[in-house]
Amino acid sequence: MAPTGAGKTLAGFLPSLVSLAGGERRGKGLHTLYVSPLKALAVDIARNLEMPVAEMGLPVRIETRTGDTPSHKRTRQVSRPPDILLTTPEQLALLIAHREAEALFAGLRCLILDELHALVTSKRGDLLSLAVARLHRLSPGLTAIGLSATVREPDELRKYLVPQTPALPPPSAREGGPRSESGEGSDVSGEGAPFSRPSLTRGPPSPAEGGGIPPSPPMADLVVVQGGARPDLAMLEIDATLPLSGHTAWQSMPAIYDLILAHRMVLVFVNTRLQAEYTFQELWRINEASLPIALHHGSLDATQRRRVEAAMAAGQLRAIVCTATLDLGIDWGDVDLVVNIGAPKGASRIMQRIGRANHRMDEPSKAVLVPGNRFEMLECRAALDAVEEAAQDTPDARIGAPDVLAQHVLGMACAGGFEPVAFYEEIVSAAPYAGLSWEEFEQVVDYVATGGYALRAYERFAKILRGADGVWRVRDARVAQQYRMNVGTIIEAPRVKVRLARTLRGRPGTVVPRTGRVLGEVEEDFAETLTPGDTFLFAGEVLRFEGLAEDELMATRAGPGTDPAIPSYAGSKFPLSTFLAARVRALIADPFEWDRLPEQVSRYLLQQRRRSVLPGERDLLVETFPRANRHYLTAFPFEGRLAHQTLGMLLTRRLERAGLRPLGFAANDYGIAVWTTRDVSERAALDPGFLDALFAQDMLGDDLEAWLDESAMMKRTFRQCAVIAGLIERRYPGQKKTGRQVTVSTDLIYDVLRKHQPDHLLLRAARQDAATGLLDVRRLGVMLERIQGRIIHRALDRVSPLSVSVMLEIGRERVYGEGADEILAEAEAQLLEEALG
Amino acid sequence: MALGLRLEKTQKSPQLTLAGEILTLDLCGGAWLEAHRTLIVSDLHLEKGSAFAARSGQFLPPYDTAETLACLHELVVRLDPACVVALGDSFHDARGPERMAPGDRAMIAALQEGRDWVWIAGNHDAAVSEGVGGRYAEVLSLGGLTLRHEPLPGAPEGEVAGHLHPCGKVAMRGRAVRRRCFVTDGKRLVMPAFGAYTGGLNVRDTAFEALFPAGFTAHLLGDGRIFAIGRTMLAKD
Repeated sequence: MAPTGAGKTLAGFLPSLVSLAGGERRGKGLHTLYVSPLKALAVDIARNLEMPVAEMGLPVRIETRTGDTPSHKRTRQVSRPPDILLTTPEQLALLIAHREAEALFAGLRCLILDELHALVTSKRGDLLSLAVARLHRLSPGLTAIGLSATVREPDELRKYLVPQTPALPPPSAREGGPRSESGEGSDVSGEGAPFSRPSLTRGPPSPAEGGGIPPSPPMADLVVVQGGARPDLAMLEIDATLPLSGHTAWQSMPAIYDLILAHRMVLVFVNTRLQAEYTFQELWRINEASLPIALHHGSLDATQRRRVEAAMAAGQLRAIVCTATLDLGIDWGDVDLVVNIGAPKGASRIMQRIGRANHRMDEPSKAVLVPGNRFEMLECRAALDAVEEAAQDTPDARIGAPDVLAQHVLGMACAGGFEPVAFYEEIVSAAPYAGLSWEEFEQVVDYVATGGYALRAYERFAKILRGADGVWRVRDARVAQQYRMNVGTIIEAPRVKVRLARTLRGRPGTVVPRTGRVLGEVEEDFAETLTPGDTFLFAGEVLRFEGLAEDELMATRAGPGTDPAIPSYAGSKFPLSTFLAARVRALIADPFEWDRLPEQVSRYLLQQRRRSVLPGERDLLVETFPRANRHYLTAFPFEGRLAHQTLGMLLTRRLERAGLRPLGFAANDYGIAVWTTRDVSERAALDPGFLDALFAQDMLGDDLEAWLDESAMMKRTFRQCAVIAGLIERRYPGQKKTGRQVTVSTDLIYDVLRKHQPDHLLLRAARQDAATGLLDVRRLGVMLERIQGRIIHRALDRVSPLSVSVMLEIGRERVYGEGADEILAEAEAQLLEEALG
Repeated sequence: MALGLRLEKTQKSPQLTLAGEILTLDLCGGAWLEAHRTLIVSDLHLEKGSAFAARSGQFLPPYDTAETLACLHELVVRLDPACVVALGDSFHDARGPERMAPGDRAMIAALQEGRDWVWIAGNHDAAVSEGVGGRYAEVLSLGGLTLRHEPLPGAPEGEVAGHLHPCGKVAMRGRAVRRRCFVTDGKRLVMPAFGAYTGGLNVRDTAFEALFPAGFTAHLLGDGRIFAIGRTMLAKD
């Protein structure tokens, strides 16, 4: 574990290079496998490694294997493997599912997992953990090295690297004792320090081995590189009052431009693609010196991105506006300043971004945080404090997803088959799956074989079959092919191109397809909701939707002064971390802290205290007030937009039952607003326990279940699980939609399955995802527990300064209660109007 | 508001007159001819799930047949028809009946008991095998109506057909709602697909232009009732 810039990646290769330097292993097959989350990173590392190897004249062959590797080279890599192979988790999954996997990996000595902190937080990490378990089994002497930025719980990463069960008794590992229980590692600082040779260490025997007392789990050794110069970090202060909502930070663009003028190369990080587009446009609008400023985000096509990366490496750029695509450790250029626009959202995230500047340990990384609104100022302050204390808020370790396991089970059946007992032990040796029960394992195998249905309808079509020798093997080559086409856990939402179309002057409303330039891509789901004439924000402009033509979205520029009618994916992609949220609450609660805040924020908080109240650190402030013939309830849990949206749905259901007639709600990262026809203040005055009951923890019971099952988010989550688990086939970008008879919509599948087998594996997988993912239910639960008996209610006669911030979200979001029937009724009314008019 | 309430009442099961026959459109996707005590459903696509499993190794939940029959059962219990007409593509493929679970087969037999049951031939199940009861017909005439699977452009007034799986899409204020629907111009009716796994073809597709040259009204199956929506309010895909 080392701060960015410590040179950990190359250090990870040292043991391999030392062992390969002698040359006695030549031609003995694959020695070291390196896995990186990014294809580009693998290629980049290979380049960086080849140079010193060539200079030292080491007899070491280094190759990469990515989705771009030609098939003849792939074949050759298996028959005549290099000494060191650099690849990605998906390619590794394919390799271990190869028929020759056993021979290929039998001599593997070293496994290096780079950017491990980034990998383990997603389903990709689950998939990789299963591959690592397989590698440990194929090559019992294997040493796994994880390279990670500083994280909150290093022990979780240490467990990830070594088998968690006694399934594997590699003789070499028996010698190592439980060396690292205290969690301290050998501290290494700077050059020339001894490099502690990582070795596989095992804890005492587990109960299964007859140990009796619960053992501490086996963990890899920990090497911590301390130090690194303190980052030079500040919040950008400009001479303008920031708004209470919005993330664009348009007021700060001239100041950011000045920073670019004053530095060699600046990375400008933003949180969403939309924001990247916007920032890029704004910077070019004021780019009087015509500085080379480039754009880098996931919606751009790959060649474009490669060009930007190359220009960056060559030092030809002065600034790059980018999203999380550049979060990870590629050394593309001599960046001397990082600018982060918008809320940092998490302390660890911001630290990794800061580390992109000045990739040398002994010099400070320089970074500027640019808040887009007054709340983001609070968040920036909290993040600055966290960085100062080197506090971390990386997410908890994952529980392995069943859908990912299903994919792996099919892969291992392709690899030559599995004997269930040994395979089960191998799976539970992977840390994310350590808690998997035998029954759950059997359910997954059953799912892979015949769909896992209580109605045994598909026995004769089984994809994997158990032979007389007890080994499960894949049915035929077609199934194996299906597996290879479907491997991986990243489900890209299908997207369509947005093209600026020309309208025919003679015939208004008629656009000429394929005439204007492509502005970028939007998600197909978003395009689906548009109807001709709708206006929306894209690429920093307000566009008018004209129609879909040849699978492209045709748009024209809306006239100046047009407000976008359709809210697009504007918010921040990352929810505010629990850790930063707590710090923001603490900042607000303590007036002595306010002098560390920009004056406009402390003034704002002061106004809030005068008009209403400021909640204590653990309290929940609820305000109720009338406005324009409606009644409002606002609450400020500071738990992030996702948890708040779920809360909003649940609150509206309860208010409905209480007869208060809720009409809609809006949420942001800090709070929610619900509006009703009836007076909530009055109800709360009549019934003092009303608000406590409204926010009671039992909210997460039946209401949640009922709502979850119907929610579009849940259906989307289910679709992702269904693709990962191979129930439905992956749609590749650019692949045309198939005819109506060939595919069945996952929504229909979901509805039928929910009704007939609610405990099916894939529904369980979707619910497990919902707890932490899109719906953040777990976090909501923790919050509801925290605020029991700590609700501070103020019935006001008008909106308070704090409430204004969340009220500003109204109209930017979909409105609750607007079910399908409301939409249809409105369309029907139009027909009636036509008939009557 | 008053208008809205009245609409709700009358529109719950809207009625159409087609070649002098009165049809009541049901929210479940069936059409009811009270005068003939006849229920028409179309495109059941029974055993679609197992067809996928047999053909492509895709294991969709094998509950679609049971689900479709349960919906049909609900209609039959409520209306007690003297005759049920399944307007073709009743099975997803010709071998569907062979793959059907015994329970589902028994369900069909129970539904058929005491009433006439007509399987109209479809393009998916033109040669439906024996063993599913009822009688078979290419086309059926009922009063002024002609019931067939695939709508015929230029057919005389009074045709009731299926085959196209019509769907209507309404997009408004950033939301899109896509639902199965009946499509009619007062001369012919295209029925929605009844099967649990049946997708839909957008009514703005060219296939519908030839059938309804003078425009149409789509009756979309909402959550609580049926909505009559004009062509201009329906979005393309």
